[in-house]
Amino acid sequence: MIEVNEVSKYFGEKKVLKHISTVFEEGKVNLIIGRSGSGKTVLMKCLVGLLSPEEGAVLYDGRDFHRLSADAKKMLRSEMGMVFQGAALFDSLTIQENVMFPINMLQKDKSDEEKLERVNLCLKRVDLENANHLYPAELSGGMKKRAAIARAIACNPKYLFCDEPNSGLDPKTALIIDQLIIEITHEYGITTIVNTHDINSVITIGESISFIYEGNMEWRGNKDNVLISDNELLNDFIFAQPLTQKIRDLS
Amino acid sequence: MIKILEIIGEYFLFLWRVFSRPEKWHEFFKKLIYEMNAMGVGSLLIVSIVAITMGSVITIQTALQIESSWVPTWTVGFTVRTSVIMELCPTIISLLLVGNLGSRITSEIGSMRVTEQIDDLEVMGINSASFLVLPKIIASLIVNPILIVISIFFALLGGYVTVLLTGVVSAFDFIDGLTSFFRMYDVYYALTKTFVFAFVISTVCSFFGYRIEGGALELGEANTKGIVVASFVVLVLNLVITQIML
Repeated sequence: MIEVNEVSKYFGEKKVLKHISTVFEEGKVNLIIGRSGSGKTVLMKCLVGLLSPEEGAVLYDGRDFHRLSADAKKMLRSEMGMVFQGAALFDSLTIQENVMFPINMLQKDKSDEEKLERVNLCLKRVDLENANHLYPAELSGGMKKRAAIARAIACNPKYLFCDEPNSGLDPKTALIIDQLIIEITHEYGITTIVNTHDINSVITIGESISFIYEGNMEWRGNKDNVLISDNELLNDFIFAQPLTQKIRDLS
Repeated sequence: MIKILEIIGEYFLFLWRVFSRPEKWHEFFKKLIYEMNAMGVGSLLIVSIVAITMGSVITIQTALQIESSWVPTWTVGFTVRTSVIMELCPTIISLLLVGNLGSRITSEIGSMRVTEQIDDLEVMGINSASFLVLPKIIASLIVNPILIVISIFFALLGGYVTVLLTGVVSAFDFIDGLTSFFRMYDVYYALTKTFVFAFVISTVCSFFGYRIEGGALELGEANTKGIVVASFVVLVLNLVITQIML
């Protein structure tokens, strides 16, 4: 379980996160939702340690990440996998080498056969076993995201972070990615945190949802009660699109 | 002024992160060989062309400047050799390498930053500064002196071919000048400069690529800044080393 306690983050004079507190539940897909510029990505960067909050704490099973020693931090990071918005695959490596990379760097005790077996398993899990020899530039957006997921789960992470995994994808491919995320989360018992503003993701994979508005934690719930909330800010966000407005009017 | 001091401080903190033990020696050596190949082979042609033309021009200019019966003709070869070894090749070729290798380093690291590949390494718990930059610095320290030695050879060859083609002095006198009063210290001086310049080029350009915040526009800006700052530091250090060593 990941607990966020009163986390605040400043950029110069600007307070981007304002005393955010929430809990990301173990073995579930936890969504952080909100409009662009609301602080979702900053919160995720604070969670994985790419940014340090000025106030508050991020607790991984009780361990305060930002106050750990360098070695303990490294150990904790080996339990994390992350899928970046642009996939962040290494351009000079093939897909197989990309997935092999974290195993090579972090699991030094494994034999070459074991490593290759793990890579093939991960690629098969995301349906990319035939693309292992291709370079990232040769892949479509959806394939890149799947390759990034394969790399993120290569070292059997306990925590999986996905920063806007559906951005730039068509609705059908986005659905495939969402499905893959929820399946992997349950299959491996991972605690997954997904940062998104895609309403389809909210209502399909949101087992736990934290809604942020202008750096404040506005609402917490799940996909079952997100559509019937009486929080006006959340409703403004969820029903902003004509399609969702129409569905609400019809129902 | 405070901003400049901040950047200098940031640069030394960056170096502190870069010079830590590699995560995995096998990966480090793999990257080192790749960088040496990319830097060395990639720059060899341009370095050779510039060195040959530089040697030719300096030979013609020197021959024209000392057209006097009071000055022996072997002086042309002597002057060309001394200028090429002590100043032209170490400094001018290093400035050329700032543009060639330096911009390549800034672009590569900068685009990795922009596309979040560096963040990805950090999330994995890998010291990205050391993993990406240390092989480039070591490769540069090995490859740049080799390139400078090759450029010295080609510059002198260029001078010799020019002498043969134009007849500004006799080939015998030119060779006589090239081999007269040779001091090994001149080569040590040239290589010392080259080592220092190689360090400056690789670290400064990496630093400007590593600290990019933003997108393609900032990448272009960082590239320009890296080249300007590295060139400036090379020129200043050239003066300092010359004052110390000569």
